[in-house]
Amino acid sequence: MNDQTLTPEERAANLKGMGSSRKRVEDVRFTQGKGNYVDDIKLDGMLFGDFVRSPYAHARVVSINAEEALKVPGVLAVITAKDLEPLGLHWMPTLAGDKQMVLADGKVLFQGQEVAFVVAEDRYAAADGVELVEVEYEELPVIVDPFEALQSDVVLREDLDPAADGAHGPRKHHNHIFTWEQGDKDATEAVLAEADVVVEEMVYYHRTHPCPLETCGSVASMDKVTGKLTLWGTFQAPHAVRTVASLISGIAEHNIRVISPDIGGGFGNKVGVYPGYICSIVASIVTGKPVKWVEDRMDNLMSTAFARDYWMQGKIAATKEGKITGLWCHTTADHGGFDACADPTKFPAGFMNICTGSYDIPVAYLAVDGVYTNKAPGGVAYRCSFRVTEAAYFIERMIEVLAIKLNMDAAELRRINFIKADQFPYQSALGWEYDSGDYHTAWDKALKAVDYEGLRKEQAQQLEDFKAGKTRKLMGIGLTHFTEIVGAGPVKNCDILGLGMFDSCEIRIHPTGSAIARLGTISQGQGHATTFAQIIASEIGLPADDITLEEGDTDTAPYGLGTYGSRSTPVAGAATAMAARKIRAKAQMIAAYLLEVHDDDVEFDVDRFVVKGAPERFKTMKEIAFAAYNQAIPGLEPGLEAVSYYDPPNMTYPFGAYICVVDIDVDTGETDIRSFYALDDCGTRINPMIIEGQVHGGLTEALAIAMGQEIAYDEMGNHKTATLMDFFIPTSWETPTYVTDHTTTPSPHHPIGAKGVGESPNVGGVPCFSNAVHDAFRPFGLTQSHMPHDHWRVWKTARELGLHA
Amino acid sequence: MAKMHVKMTVNGKEVEALAEPRTLLIHFLREDLNITGPHIGCESSHCGACTVDIDGKSVKSCTMFVGQANGTDITTVEGLTNPDGSLGVIQEMFREHHGLQCGYCTPGMITRAHRLLQENPSPTEEEVRFGMAGNLCRCTGYQNIVKAIMASADMLNAQKEAAE
Repeated sequence: MNDQTLTPEERAANLKGMGSSRKRVEDVRFTQGKGNYVDDIKLDGMLFGDFVRSPYAHARVVSINAEEALKVPGVLAVITAKDLEPLGLHWMPTLAGDKQMVLADGKVLFQGQEVAFVVAEDRYAAADGVELVEVEYEELPVIVDPFEALQSDVVLREDLDPAADGAHGPRKHHNHIFTWEQGDKDATEAVLAEADVVVEEMVYYHRTHPCPLETCGSVASMDKVTGKLTLWGTFQAPHAVRTVASLISGIAEHNIRVISPDIGGGFGNKVGVYPGYICSIVASIVTGKPVKWVEDRMDNLMSTAFARDYWMQGKIAATKEGKITGLWCHTTADHGGFDACADPTKFPAGFMNICTGSYDIPVAYLAVDGVYTNKAPGGVAYRCSFRVTEAAYFIERMIEVLAIKLNMDAAELRRINFIKADQFPYQSALGWEYDSGDYHTAWDKALKAVDYEGLRKEQAQQLEDFKAGKTRKLMGIGLTHFTEIVGAGPVKNCDILGLGMFDSCEIRIHPTGSAIARLGTISQGQGHATTFAQIIASEIGLPADDITLEEGDTDTAPYGLGTYGSRSTPVAGAATAMAARKIRAKAQMIAAYLLEVHDDDVEFDVDRFVVKGAPERFKTMKEIAFAAYNQAIPGLEPGLEAVSYYDPPNMTYPFGAYICVVDIDVDTGETDIRSFYALDDCGTRINPMIIEGQVHGGLTEALAIAMGQEIAYDEMGNHKTATLMDFFIPTSWETPTYVTDHTTTPSPHHPIGAKGVGESPNVGGVPCFSNAVHDAFRPFGLTQSHMPHDHWRVWKTARELGLHA
Repeated sequence: MAKMHVKMTVNGKEVEALAEPRTLLIHFLREDLNITGPHIGCESSHCGACTVDIDGKSVKSCTMFVGQANGTDITTVEGLTNPDGSLGVIQEMFREHHGLQCGYCTPGMITRAHRLLQENPSPTEEEVRFGMAGNLCRCTGYQNIVKAIMASADMLNAQKEAAE
């Protein structure tokens, strides 16, 4: 059988297990155009649905007349809230404990809201029908400012009893959603009152959108003979969609099959449940035919999900020497017309309470007020674990503002406040237990790699040249040290709609020693089919190339909460290792039987079990797999498979040190990213090639957000950035080349020590780019200018600082 | 709506069909011909996911009527796979250098790269970045796409040399 001439290292390399930059198995399909995305699905007799959307941000719907639309050849039905009401489907529950209109029920609350659903034989007829549905509106006063919303007499949500509590406690005003408080308010205010130095700043993280290249969509097919509903769609959490669909439609859960096919990027956009999904289901039930709904780009940017929109008022206290003594934050969170934030139930502002960042801050207080306005609902975590990006941006700006006040170098200020390596596990003032970290090592490595001192000297010289009129360019150095909190999460405190946030993996070993594994997660480009097979390969000693991985079909995959918040590796990755270990434990018994020794007398060696002290006596995993199916082993069931449902004991806390250099033309406001260095510590590294790719992509999304991307409204609630002409996505031309690096501090509680990495570059990248712009203007007195730092805003900042004189 | 007769060559095969004149080429390819490699990302010519090659030019097929493609020779990503079913050079280099993640922009990227390397067989990195700027990717940050295209250029040039 397996020859003995190979060294253990060579045998391990053949497995392409953890640590290998294994090429992706997905790519053979994708590079030939053979992916299978939701819009590729084509079923016999399939119909198309399209929405009539509101042109107003706040209006009463007086009447809807579909007569002309129904005359269009090919248009079969026009569904309105009145049709859904008898089914109880005109409203749907949101992930945040609120409810949302599926179709306008008497009024609309944001521009682009779904008003009627036109069902037709093809997408062209549906579009024709949409044009001809006549809707009469009566305009209402529009509120787009969350601070104004809390003062206004205008009631946005007339369906809610103003005196009744919301999903997260008492409401202070008819446009108020919740107040969420963490930490010790009195102790923090006492520290602020007596501190040597206190700085206060309003840090705004603007509204943006995940905008994956594939928009959201679904295909619903109700088989009236079997009573079974099959729903394909762009779902980051297919099992949760099945449960929610069952609860709100009344169809028994075993009669619903949800399938997430290939997904063309998610970044949080595809976590929520949207009216289009519900309407395609209803339309399929009504017509008895499959119904497809796919957003266009405007629909996507206007209606399904947004991210951020946090006004963060901060106060930070420190000693004269720069030791931080307390942190205070009050956030006003603009949630739009419905509270559809995607957060674990007990965390209405997500993990915003990670806002003490990488620093040892003894006391802190955080309060968040959620507010209704006439904007789209959403509040998803755009490449982020539940508001961690907002928290990281807040603390990394506050540190910079404090450095200005203290007249200190911002790198040194960070260093003297970092949590020390020997303080882990570290209990933060706002309630988290950081699992592991070594921030000083990472920071020093980063500063050395970029020659930080040299950069500062060069910057000083350039400033002198600028003042002497020799150049019109300023140089900015952006620093960030971020700490993430990912891998939600322990079932004891994390659930979504009551579903605990565990995850799962089932592995079946076939008689010939190949395998299939199924998980409760779903890849959207992360390469799960490649990396999870690597975990199994290392754990049980079968080559990754012999392991098929499947996700996204609720009829076959074990129940899991899906992929977002960098939770796949920390939770489902752990489940994968645990299921593999169950298989290995049984394999050990089989090997011992075949080798006629006691179970304790064999040990695992890369791809085989060997008799202790006699390595020439062994059984390979392939031999063991066959034996599991052809030997009658006393006391053991035939077969070799296992399933694990993993409830993580804690979150994981990846971290990183990022440094970028930007050159700014003060006369045009143009910014040029000269260099970007990213050091990430995501614990144990499964596939370095994929990690690096994740970092490149996340940094580019961060570049977009920091430097130009926004969802903007005018005062009438008109959406101003609903096309890719107006909504900034960097091309290859303006995207810089990144330098990546790493340290490795494994998670002590994760079976393989992995922490997750997909979102780190977005969390750390945004403050790094933004800090670089601020840093360039620091000598001229700038403390805070809000993102995005597009050319116009940077030009305006230069003008306001008197640099255009 | 009255249909028009269209005739074109797609990936080396002659195609004849009746189509509504207003049908966009991307819908004709995807829904009438079942060629689902080219994708729809914006329907406004910004993202390039729908890029196909028409008579030797890169074209965004989401903003072209099927009638405008009458009589043309079209290549999609499906037509760039080798006749024996193995990956073409650019496809292989995208895989080798991790030039894709979710795969949604990939068919457009590869089809555009195919034309770019015909226009300029030995581009500099800057020329690749400029020449690919009509195709958006949300996953990769372009770094590995650029790497894959540079490597493709080297390999195609080496193949050409060997053949001469």
